[in-house]
Amino acid sequence: MPSTYDKIATYTVPSSTSSYTFSSIPATYTDIVIIVGGTGSGDASLMMRFNGDTGNNYSTTYLYGTGSSAVSGRVANDSWIVAMGRINTTGGASVINIQNYSNTTTYKTALGRGSGAATLVIAGVGVWRSTTAINSITLSPESGQSFSTGAVLTLYGIKAA
Amino acid sequence: MLNNIAALHPAAAALNSYESISTVTVGAGGQASIDFTSIPSTYKHLQIRGMATFTTATNAIILQNNSDTGSNYAWHQLYGTGSVAGASASTTTTFQNISVAPETTVTAVFVCDILDYGNTSKYKTSRSLSGYDKNGSGVIALRSGLWMNTNAITSLSLKYDSGGNFAQYSSFALYGIKG
Repeated sequence: MPSTYDKIATYTVPSSTSSYTFSSIPATYTDIVIIVGGTGSGDASLMMRFNGDTGNNYSTTYLYGTGSSAVSGRVANDSWIVAMGRINTTGGASVINIQNYSNTTTYKTALGRGSGAATLVIAGVGVWRSTTAINSITLSPESGQSFSTGAVLTLYGIKAA
Repeated sequence: MLNNIAALHPAAAALNSYESISTVTVGAGGQASIDFTSIPSTYKHLQIRGMATFTTATNAIILQNNSDTGSNYAWHQLYGTGSVAGASASTTTTFQNISVAPETTVTAVFVCDILDYGNTSKYKTSRSLSGYDKNGSGVIALRSGLWMNTNAITSLSLKYDSGGNFAQYSSFALYGIKG
């Protein structure tokens, strides 16, 4: 059977940046996986939006643990999906799954999980209330934080049989 | 960096070792169960990636191995409802609970890893991340499952714990990851 897990693009942050956009994403895969690793300017969750849509068309349910407590929260009618992972000055690793991203029948749902070194572990599910196929994905740390130099953002495509 | 990524998502460290085995997309009229049969033994791990909508409100998506419907399973979960973080478990039960299930018209998504499925020396375990969000309601859950059997897994069956059908356009894809 052929391999069905392909790297589409990798971006290594050359200097501190508040966001990065994977654009012109091919529609030839079934699912998208994004892996983010590295440091940021401060402790922050990862936010995500699609196709440059800055409207309040996103919502998220999330869960995190700090080492002493577990908390769940929600953000509705927002301009970003939040809680897709974590980044901070020490490091962070996050994985985001977007399934059936190019279908034009359903809203798009993303699952993310990640951890910020020595801070917390987080998981979130977010929805973009649009049936439009996703062709670009923008990632940004929340609260005005930035990806630091050397952080790596990689976009993968998974193709189902 | 690579080691961290591999630990979080093993498939990312071995792109050439991740292969599609089978995909089911539910047609008009819905489907009560999704069955992956005759799973080849040539992989180290399995991954199911699913997105499901429902024809009736229900509680969860469950997984049974090799058509075993006996009380040979256990599962645990950590979940968040948007206002409450909780945990629960079920032991000596008839299925693994692998995914939250939403109300009708809302899509739930999950990624479930079944580790070392061909091993005949130990019980089989799974882990999953699942959730749905409805702009004001939703659930996110991390779950683990156990099948108390040393047989190699050759088939997987997905269904609802309380009956009902997966709705049209629900899709489930089974992948194999080589070791």
